[in-house]
Amino acid sequence: MDDHSPLKRTPLHALHVSLGARMVPFAGYDMPVQYAAGVLKEHLHTRAAAGLFDVSHMGQIILRPKSGKIEDAALALEKLVPVDVLGLGENRQRYGLFTNDQGGILDDLMIANRGDHLFLVVNAACKDVDFAHLQDHLGATCDLALLDDRALIALQGPRAECVLAELWADIATMRFMDVAEADLHDVPCIISRSGYTGEDGFEISIPAASAEDVTRRILEHPDVLPIGLGARDSLRLEAGLCLYGNDIDTGTTPVEAALEWALQKARRASGAREGGFPGAPIILGQFAEGAGRRRVGLKPDGKAPVRGGAMLYADAQGHTQAGVVTSGGFGPSVDHPVAMGYVAAPHIANGTQLFAEVRGRYLPVTVSSLPFITPTYKR
Amino acid sequence: MLKFTDEHEWLKIEGDVATVGITAHAAEQLGDLVFVELPETGTSLDKGATAATVESVKAASDVYCPLDGEIIESNQAIVDDPSLVNSDPQGAGWFFKLKLADPSAANALLDEAAYKELIA
Repeated sequence: MDDHSPLKRTPLHALHVSLGARMVPFAGYDMPVQYAAGVLKEHLHTRAAAGLFDVSHMGQIILRPKSGKIEDAALALEKLVPVDVLGLGENRQRYGLFTNDQGGILDDLMIANRGDHLFLVVNAACKDVDFAHLQDHLGATCDLALLDDRALIALQGPRAECVLAELWADIATMRFMDVAEADLHDVPCIISRSGYTGEDGFEISIPAASAEDVTRRILEHPDVLPIGLGARDSLRLEAGLCLYGNDIDTGTTPVEAALEWALQKARRASGAREGGFPGAPIILGQFAEGAGRRRVGLKPDGKAPVRGGAMLYADAQGHTQAGVVTSGGFGPSVDHPVAMGYVAAPHIANGTQLFAEVRGRYLPVTVSSLPFITPTYKR
Repeated sequence: MLKFTDEHEWLKIEGDVATVGITAHAAEQLGDLVFVELPETGTSLDKGATAATVESVKAASDVYCPLDGEIIESNQAIVDDPSLVNSDPQGAGWFFKLKLADPSAANALLDEAAYKELIA
């Protein structure tokens, strides 16, 4: 990214500033890293009540089949993602990955079937490249649009349903990964029951012109606090969720990243539509044979956080390399440091003791199952 | 005598011993601390050497030794409860006591007015 280009602003920028947010550059946007409450309180509040996040920097993309048949858009998209898109029911959403010919991950995304079109949400830093990639490969079958007139907010936590039920009573009928259209404060919104915190919650796409008004009204609820990127990161890390660019990238495959669950049976070996996505021979080969390394959870034994980039060793002297930490920090809800990283196959079993190099010392860490918290998705 | 550095440390100097901590401004900028690592008693440090490490939820930061000297005491209370640094940075949240190699060197540090101007 060009560090000299001016930072972009989301439709909620003025709201963040008025709430006293500390703003930082993120993926080309001027974004709130924390508000007055601070990262710890924001994190804990989200798991105890409801946290509101501005994720408008992410890309919202519409794929509309020229034939009018959603199956055509689904099959076209399946050429780029190892996901069962055809089997995705109307008003259902699922997690997906764009792969490359080497089996690496170009981006991760959400894919929703909206009846007459597919609706994608992609990472901010990747959205222009993703859109060009889609146009190159799907331009013949679909009309594409990268929406620049919609905001996206997430309301996450155990009180999220109750807060939104005051605006739209039917919200309680949605289950995890359902998508619906509803008016919130008379503004037509697209709501999905999803998020990236490990909590039950919703993501809400709002027309940009009304976004600040709707968001301000949701924030008036006593259970809701605005949450910055700092707590968003610690929440997703406790939930064992990957951050693109840290935990997954073009150098990691879905199997190495322990994201096998994102490849449904239809796309795996002997499935109805086996392969047919970039890097399929490599990825399906790793399914069968295993990969040489794997993303695992890491729990530092002591109190010192172990950050992304720290090298991992099998021994306390740093002689035998075992892998590298890709994300790490402090987990406020579990009250101890948490991390994840890639570890060579011989060391991936839960309970394996490894050593992370931190400031010249080798701190013991234990390979641990992910997530660190128990997710509360309403399945 | 109260002195400050442009690295956002404060020093309360009594005779040849300086009690050292980070300023309220630094604590606010760092956010909620979750981990503090302090130097061992008896360690001799040069001015500018890394004396302590503090970690917030998001990031690690170094705290530098403001003058040449020897660590004669570290504040275990902030190791046990790093939030003390946020709640009382210029009191109970002190970091360590430094026996100064040259107490007169403190004269070159910032006074409170100069520090306030720095962060204004």
